[in-house]
Amino acid sequence: MTLATTRSIALIGIEGAVVDIEADLADGLPAFYLLGLPDAALGESRDRVRAAIINSGESWPSRRITVALSPASLPKRGSSYDIAVAVAILAADSKLPAKDLGSLMLMGELALDGRMKEVRGVLPAVLAAARAGLRRVIVPITNVQEARLVPDVEVIGFRSLGELIAWFRGVEPPDQLPIQEQLIPQLIPPLDLADVVGQHEARRAAEIAAVGEHHFFMVGTPGSGKTMIAERLPSILPILDRECAIEVSAIHSIAGLLPVNEPLLSAPPFVAPHHTASRSAIIGGGSAHPRPGAVSLAHRGVLFMDEAPEFSRGILDALRQPLESRFVTVARTAGTARYPARFLLVLAANPCPCGRFSGDGRACTCSSLMVRRYLSRLSGPLLDRVDLQVYVEPVSRVDLMGNLRGESSAAVRDRVMAARERSANRLEKGGWRTNSQISATALRGESSADAGGMSLVHRALDEHRLTARGLHKVLRLAWSVADLEGHQRPTIDDVAQAYALRTGAQRLVGAA
Amino acid sequence: MATPSANALGRVGEEVVARYLDRKGLHVLDRNWRCADGEIDIVALSNATLVIVEVKTRLGVGHGHPLEAIDEIKLRRLQHLARAWRETHPINSNEIRIDAAAVIVDRTGKITLDYRKAVA
Repeated sequence: MTLATTRSIALIGIEGAVVDIEADLADGLPAFYLLGLPDAALGESRDRVRAAIINSGESWPSRRITVALSPASLPKRGSSYDIAVAVAILAADSKLPAKDLGSLMLMGELALDGRMKEVRGVLPAVLAAARAGLRRVIVPITNVQEARLVPDVEVIGFRSLGELIAWFRGVEPPDQLPIQEQLIPQLIPPLDLADVVGQHEARRAAEIAAVGEHHFFMVGTPGSGKTMIAERLPSILPILDRECAIEVSAIHSIAGLLPVNEPLLSAPPFVAPHHTASRSAIIGGGSAHPRPGAVSLAHRGVLFMDEAPEFSRGILDALRQPLESRFVTVARTAGTARYPARFLLVLAANPCPCGRFSGDGRACTCSSLMVRRYLSRLSGPLLDRVDLQVYVEPVSRVDLMGNLRGESSAAVRDRVMAARERSANRLEKGGWRTNSQISATALRGESSADAGGMSLVHRALDEHRLTARGLHKVLRLAWSVADLEGHQRPTIDDVAQAYALRTGAQRLVGAA
Repeated sequence: MATPSANALGRVGEEVVARYLDRKGLHVLDRNWRCADGEIDIVALSNATLVIVEVKTRLGVGHGHPLEAIDEIKLRRLQHLARAWRETHPINSNEIRIDAAAVIVDRTGKITLDYRKAVA
């Protein structure tokens, strides 16, 4: 046997494709060639694999070794092919039985001493392997929990190449428990909406945002609780179902952000990039290879952009594409990847650069021009996609000193879930998933508010207090309010509330 | 530059290879042929093929396989040297073949020869 083939997975976005790793041993001077578009990390695989094989007590074939990764046109990256390369070489050298290699997916990095090290992207890779009909998966033991999330696949974890070689020769696989990682104590208690004192309007807005997945903009002075509310928004969103959780976990796996002990992320993620973050960090990028950005890490969760006007114009504009299409396409030299990016956008801003513009604005040190310019950086196409615009008042003494805890997240989530259930049937008929998606035509037709509600928005339109687009946004919000209230169709009260929530920050921001 | 003992070791290796070639029926024509561009360890003739042999001798394999020391540049130089040898010697040959031989001397003094034909 001088030729052997193993299989692994190359990831493109969150999709994976099977890669065949062929090792050929030929006569000639001893040398090791690695073919098939490898990147730098993969090129170094040669040295890692060689050291790992020798340090696992096996001999290195002193022959002309050619390892080809095919299809060669597929961009391959990183260190996750080490194990597949090592096994292919050992099998070609007749050190391992080569049978069944075709139905086996191997993934993992090798340390020089032969230890297997965990890699990114195991979950999407195992999903791809399962789809390709590979029913058995070999990964580093620390990736076992993650790989096991995929049903109908046999996952075997190993600590070292030596253990894997022994297994091929008939020894039982090791205990499937990862080496005890230092236990990460739950330092951060789960955030609960009960911690938010007062702020009834903003709490209400958050609840409505959670019902209809309306993007949400809060303006308010520093310390008024904008961040607190945003951070607690995931706690009132529905828990992810298994399919969504796997999708979200797969994205985090590619970014290397999946916890080893609890690899399935079932809570909606919360991602809060700093305003100095680069465009690649937010939209997705990476130097040569595509990587998911904050918009994809926030998939099916909340993307919170605090100090929103401080973000660069380019980033704010680039958000429009994922908001519209619910995915991002990231093109890099090594290929183009598509990542899902369906998130609830929460923007927060101070009312002016110094942040103290409130009430009569006396404490504010900004010029009136600066105040006007500040929030106008956000206006236009981005705010067009944000349904809720709320002014968050500073917490009053009564609310703060009363020390009354607000309603808990669990109670609010129950209401959100009930409201979503009520809307599910109706939305399905129109082909929408949430109230924020109802089409403008439907809002004027079968999905309009009741007569009283419609007369209210029509009057606002006639008096130029609302644009046509603003009218549709108010009606979408009104549906979420109605679903919360258990109304069959938005009433005049629902529409009035929606109107207030749409225009709450308007005196600061400009036209709705 | 190689130390005297390394030179002596190299000579041992070349002697081993020369005897091996002799046993195989090749005619060793020249050893340690030098010109301005370098040195050929062994020149032999196999029928009408001029065989250029690069010999690498090592004590043990702690530094990897001896033949790994032969890289593309070395092979190209050997090809160049082979043509130079042919031009300066009145021997008829149809083609040139480059072989490589590894002579490994282990601690007990046991000698292992790893001979590879047509490596370039």
